[in-house]
Amino acid sequence: MSDTPVINAPVRWPSLGRYRGVVSGIIGILGLLFIWWLGGRWVANSPGMFAFSMFAPEPALSRLWDMLLSGEVWEMSIPSLYRVGLGLVFAIGIGVPVGIAIGRMVVLREVTNIPFQFLRMISPLSWMPIAVMAFATWDAAIIFLIAVAAVWPIMFATAAGLRRLDPAWLKVARNLGASPLHQLTTVILPAIATDILTGIRLALGVAWIVLVPAEYLGVTSGLGYAINDARDTLDYSRLAATVVVIGIIGFLLDYICLKAVQRLNWVRES
Amino acid sequence: MMVQLKSKPENLRAVAPSADTGTSPVAPRDEADRRYVEVSGVGHSYSRNGPTVLRSIDLKISAGEIVALIGRSGSGKSTLLHIISGLMKPSDGAVRIDGQRVEKPSPRWVMMFQAPSLYPWMTVAQNAGLGLKYAKKTEGVDARVKEVLSLVDLAEFADRNVQDLSGGQQQRAAFARSIAPEPELLLLDEPFSALDIFTRRALQNDVREIAKRLGLTVVLVTHDVNEAVQMADRAVLLSSGPGRIAGDTEINVSEADRVSQSKKFQMETTRLRTLYTEIAGLG
Repeated sequence: MSDTPVINAPVRWPSLGRYRGVVSGIIGILGLLFIWWLGGRWVANSPGMFAFSMFAPEPALSRLWDMLLSGEVWEMSIPSLYRVGLGLVFAIGIGVPVGIAIGRMVVLREVTNIPFQFLRMISPLSWMPIAVMAFATWDAAIIFLIAVAAVWPIMFATAAGLRRLDPAWLKVARNLGASPLHQLTTVILPAIATDILTGIRLALGVAWIVLVPAEYLGVTSGLGYAINDARDTLDYSRLAATVVVIGIIGFLLDYICLKAVQRLNWVRES
Repeated sequence: MMVQLKSKPENLRAVAPSADTGTSPVAPRDEADRRYVEVSGVGHSYSRNGPTVLRSIDLKISAGEIVALIGRSGSGKSTLLHIISGLMKPSDGAVRIDGQRVEKPSPRWVMMFQAPSLYPWMTVAQNAGLGLKYAKKTEGVDARVKEVLSLVDLAEFADRNVQDLSGGQQQRAAFARSIAPEPELLLLDEPFSALDIFTRRALQNDVREIAKRLGLTVVLVTHDVNEAVQMADRAVLLSSGPGRIAGDTEINVSEADRVSQSKKFQMETTRLRTLYTEIAGLG
């Protein structure tokens, strides 16, 4: 008889039907909370770290509940959402038309490739001093930094969508008498809507990351300011609660984008 | 250079480009009647120093006529169709449709391509109504879309996404989209070549029947002699290198005989195939 060990069948999840996604999500969240709790225990039991024990889940979530009831969560979130929203509007307003132009015109794509790649690789936060000098208000400077961070994913995703566009669709439209505006609204934009939204989704992630350090600039509102303020006042449970708020809002914004991408996606799964 | 034919089939009008100018004069039987589409001295190269694709094409087509352009790959038949549609500008010569010089595409002359190229984010009805939308028609659009979808037997699929249709149904939807703006001239660029034989036959019959019923003038590009005999009233044969008109012949088959089992159909197919073989240098 062979000594070859019996290879066990791979571990399979029980069939959960349509609840599988929900159950998997809950397991993931519980896992994260467990790791956070372990970290909190370790910090509380470390002689040099116990001052940070308020980062643990119990005080942080308790503080979050108080902040929700007092309306503080909304007070700190709305200015941040306004800045990110406006920054994204500017990024979309610049990124989509420029992306369409570089996707359609080979010469423009070749000419702009190096400058755009060069600019893209500069950390948006490097523009901070220039933004502070160039704009009259702190808000405008933050919105500029968010727009600078968000424009590249939108532009490149739009251009990539254009390059994949079936040229026959445009030929058919021209053949049926479509004006350039008709071609844009009935063919180009619907065809690349998924690409644009995917770019916006990526841009939103980048913008949300840039937001917190950008809000360290001068302003006295927003999630970034709240983080900075909590650190300065050594209010660590509030700091941890604000981090949770940032994560939850970021997750919800990404989820909305994902649903929009799924809704506009016309490609059938084979 | 004269194209030497082993036998000159009946109804063949002109197969010889003139030696001095290199033109391919079609000797029209009824000049006054053949003025709806006028292709005059059309020549084309894709680049300044590139090879000549078409040289000195003269062609006249009368209103309501279905003409098949037959030629091998590289004979420039698709290029000629693109030039007639206004999607391409010829290097030389001009095209006039009903006296109007063709400068750009128009809903009056619509081209249908080898691939249906339907918009996959739209329903069948939305695809069919696009030409009407581009023409900024607001009244009677729904009725017209219903009418054309009924013509191509797709009325019940109006609200379905085009990705739900079979290949043949997609080509029918593309045909409905082409005829919805009520064009006078329909340009078909091998539209059935990707379909199976049964679907192709059915569509060939349907398209001819609909075109005749609506009084459409049709120019059909094909390399399939059977398709030409099935659908066209007249066949224009193009030789390649560069593309020139090398033959122009009536297709004398009655409507009843436009089935592949008919003896008359087979005879006409054989005659056209012989002519095509001679011109293409395959004999």
